[in-house]
Amino acid sequence: MGMLSKSPWVIHYDGSSCNGCDIEVLAALMPRFDVERFGVVNTGNPKHADIFLLTGSINEQNKPIVQNIYDQMPEPKVVLAVGICATSGGIFRECYNVLGGADKVVPVDVYVPGCSVRPEAIIDAVVKGVGILEQKRAAYLAAGKA
Amino acid sequence: MASSLLNFLILFPLAVALALVLTRKESLFPVIIYPASAVLIGASLFLAGLHAGGKPLFIAAHYDWVESAMLAAEAAVSAYLLFLSVRQRDWFVSALVVVQAVLLFGFHFGCGHGAHAEANLFIDLFSVVMGLIVGVVGTLIAVFSVGYMRDLHHHAPAELTGLGSSPQPGSAGLAAVPDNRPVFFGIIFLFLSAMFGVCFSNNLFWLFFFWEITTVCSFLMIRYKGDEISVKNAFWALRWNLLGGLAFLLGLIYLYQTHHTIELDKLLALPKALVMLPIALISFAGLTKSAQLPFSSWLVGAMVAPTPVSALLHSSTMVKAGVYIVLRFATSLEGTMLGMIVAIIGLITFLIGSFICISQQDAKKVLAYSTIANLGLIILCAGIGSYEAVWAGILLIVFHAVSKGLLFLCVGSIEHKLGSRSIEEMSGLIVRLPRLAFMLEIGIAGMFLAPFGMLISKWAVLRAIVDSNPLFAIFLIYGSAATLFFWVKWLGKIINVEKHYKNIEGGISKDQWLPMWALTGLTLMICALFAPFAAVFIEPYIVALYGHSMSLGAGNMAVMTIMLSMMAFFPLAFLDRARGVSVAPPYLAGANVGPEGQQFRNSLGGVTEMHMKNFYMEDIFSEARLMRLGVMMTVIFLIALIAVGGLL
Amino acid sequence: MNWITGLAFVLFAPIIGGLIAGFDRKISARLQGRMGPPILQPFYDVGKLFEKETMVVRKSQRLYMEFFFVLMVFTGAIFFSGGDLLLVIFAFTMAGVFFALGGYKASSPYSFIGAQREVIQMMSYEPAIMLAAVGMYMVTGSFQVSSIVAYKHPLILQLPGLFLAFFFILPIKFRKSPFDLAASHHAHQELVKGITTEFSGRTLALMEIAHWYEYVFVLGIGYLFFASNVWLGLLMVLVIFELLLIVDNATARVRWQAMLGSAWIVALAAGGLNIIYLMLVKG
Repeated sequence: MGMLSKSPWVIHYDGSSCNGCDIEVLAALMPRFDVERFGVVNTGNPKHADIFLLTGSINEQNKPIVQNIYDQMPEPKVVLAVGICATSGGIFRECYNVLGGADKVVPVDVYVPGCSVRPEAIIDAVVKGVGILEQKRAAYLAAGKA
Repeated sequence: MASSLLNFLILFPLAVALALVLTRKESLFPVIIYPASAVLIGASLFLAGLHAGGKPLFIAAHYDWVESAMLAAEAAVSAYLLFLSVRQRDWFVSALVVVQAVLLFGFHFGCGHGAHAEANLFIDLFSVVMGLIVGVVGTLIAVFSVGYMRDLHHHAPAELTGLGSSPQPGSAGLAAVPDNRPVFFGIIFLFLSAMFGVCFSNNLFWLFFFWEITTVCSFLMIRYKGDEISVKNAFWALRWNLLGGLAFLLGLIYLYQTHHTIELDKLLALPKALVMLPIALISFAGLTKSAQLPFSSWLVGAMVAPTPVSALLHSSTMVKAGVYIVLRFATSLEGTMLGMIVAIIGLITFLIGSFICISQQDAKKVLAYSTIANLGLIILCAGIGSYEAVWAGILLIVFHAVSKGLLFLCVGSIEHKLGSRSIEEMSGLIVRLPRLAFMLEIGIAGMFLAPFGMLISKWAVLRAIVDSNPLFAIFLIYGSAATLFFWVKWLGKIINVEKHYKNIEGGISKDQWLPMWALTGLTLMICALFAPFAAVFIEPYIVALYGHSMSLGAGNMAVMTIMLSMMAFFPLAFLDRARGVSVAPPYLAGANVGPEGQQFRNSLGGVTEMHMKNFYMEDIFSEARLMRLGVMMTVIFLIALIAVGGLL
Repeated sequence: MNWITGLAFVLFAPIIGGLIAGFDRKISARLQGRMGPPILQPFYDVGKLFEKETMVVRKSQRLYMEFFFVLMVFTGAIFFSGGDLLLVIFAFTMAGVFFALGGYKASSPYSFIGAQREVIQMMSYEPAIMLAAVGMYMVTGSFQVSSIVAYKHPLILQLPGLFLAFFFILPIKFRKSPFDLAASHHAHQELVKGITTEFSGRTLALMEIAHWYEYVFVLGIGYLFFASNVWLGLLMVLVIFELLLIVDNATARVRWQAMLGSAWIVALAAGGLNIIYLMLVKG
């Protein structure tokens, strides 16, 4: 069907960060870049979301929250680690309570480096994520039939 | 045949009452009450079958001893009430009792000596319907009370005190309730007997006698617990009902003095301009008894009594006597100033009652105010008095009796199980008490939801009003919007499951289950079969009065039937259809902790249970303020009513 | 009763409703200076939801929404077959009740508050719709939609106040600002997604389609005010819808007190005056 690629709904979570990437995500939603052109909606609700868009690094505080949000997303789903903090911990990597990037808690599908990341890169990441989503859907449907 | 059946219906409960009071043995209560109830239900059904679709039947029923017995009973009751009220130092009640007694006996032995009715009893379709309600719903409540009162006296105190955070006016003094069940059950059956009397009396003095008996019975039942607040509220109820009784009596005496008749059918047959004053006075009595607005507080206060009493007062007896008598006068009220005022009082009561319900947490108070509101609707119908309105009014009485009876019984049982009757405590009831919750849902749906009973009548009321006075429709619409809100939020609370609950339904006795299932079945049945019911029992009555009747249209009935059959699929909710569905904890901003994920980590790092609370909008729909407003408005209209009555 | 139009509603309303939703998003985006998604975006969304897993908190929560769907279709079907307007409104209310109960049943704080607000919304809009029905009855002498449509003059001429009251509550039914309290398609996220928070997959798709039916039905009521001429009616429906979008994009969400108060007062003042006028005219 391929409807999935035309309607990727996003939940955005910002971990331990400087909020730079956070603001770039919002910029992507704003008129200049307008990701809604591609059907992207920032739902703010894991139960509706297909794409988990993570910015910022993971620390002890937000680890269970990221885990919970991921668990509460219905299948199929992909995780985007957006910005260098989310990919590896970035500048906060050596902090005493920082565990590292998003992949310390949830399986990451797309890494987007950048400090801060540019909206074009975010859109690119979403498009990549949608491709993976399609593959996962096929796997999910196959598992459902089996 | 019919005449002996009528006598039987009035006298048999009386005999049962006597038997109950005399035996005083706990083990014998069910032995007496079960067969007696079966007999009463059978007799009222038989009467209905016998008289279905038939013409009014007048029965002479002249017995010398009856009049004397009634007078003796009146004297005894007056003396008893006088004694109690003097002991309570409630001088207002004492004064009312004395004035009433003086008037009554003065009339009997003075100017009204030899007042004679051709037919003391009568039966027509409206009284058959009322008889059915009393006979079926009333007796079911009597059966329920066997189990409920046993619970109350045996192990209630431990369960009912302390638990639950809501204010519970009823349960404060429970530990000290003296066990006086024989008298309690006796009064219930006496009450039923008096109600049959009210429905079937054509002699207005008989009607008045039964009317006063219901007043006394309700008084005794409200004060059953014997603590301070019960006694106080009982006297409060007594005060307004005696005031109404006094108006009734004055109306009767005036009627006899001017027209030399004391018969209901003759009164209705007189040109209505001539009898406005007695009709106004008797309608006033009806308004007090049906707890219309300036007097509503007595019915709310009556909530302190054990739940079966509330069920009885609200569904099948007492208040229904009030609306019965006003609805009887519908033809006389139609198109008159008096009818207009009665309708306005009903309308205000409906509006205010519905609004107040929004701000109530106590389930019984919600039920009480919704009763008041629905009675307001019936009074509104009576005041309008067109054929559509009367049709809707009678139907409302039926639906309301069944649904409200069921709701009260459910709330009573739930209160015993949860130790609270706060709606906020009923979270997850569908898991904790599934069967009770199911019945409660049926009852609530019966009160406001589309294919169910009350909605049908509300629909008819709306059509009746739009034809006579569209301005009334505006207020009716606002009231029913409020109705929607408070019922839905209650329903929502029942099905909302905020944590892991266990089923705690065990231990409810058969005496309680049986009537509740019966009423649930009745609620559903009457929704499904109301069209034939109306065709047999209501429409011939309307046709006899107005020459034509009302119908909702075959197409509409078909649509309603489709909707009702859709609802039949609803029990599917209890099936586990897990195919392709995964279960996850609720979204709590990702902060879920605990095995069920129904707790969350709070900002201090501790664990908090999630808890959801309904809107009550106390600042907007405040009980005290709305009540004051309603009383003020209705008092103005009542003064107008008296003035109009005086002018005519 | 005309079963064909009713059947047509059942078959085509989701298409029309989906297109309405698509235009809604497109026009809103343009009003905000964005490109906006394709017109068919709502269909893509619903199609996607059918492909996703359904995740629930309580298993039975889905049944309430399925009832909402069925009743919504049913409501519109009676309306478009020309049935009794009061009965239509009752069925509509019942659909709304099931929608709210689904939110309660989902047993999450967000859906719970969303459900509460949904019921407050129902309480707010009901007087205006019921009064509109009463007004139409007073003019045409019938509650049957078929007779109301057959009335010769545009009803708006005699029911301007009731139309105003009806227009005022339209944002509630379209779940738009300033009255989008219970759920939201926008980025207002203080309630997450309000009543729909705990619904996903097929159930959410079904709810979305039910909303499309609802759009068509509600616009159908708007059409009644201009029903004397089909083209005028359709044109006015478009104008109503366009105005609604402008209101949506020009206002912020209000508190429930403001919604309840203003909706009731407008219905009482405008609608009430209108009804008094009709009473006087009829004499």
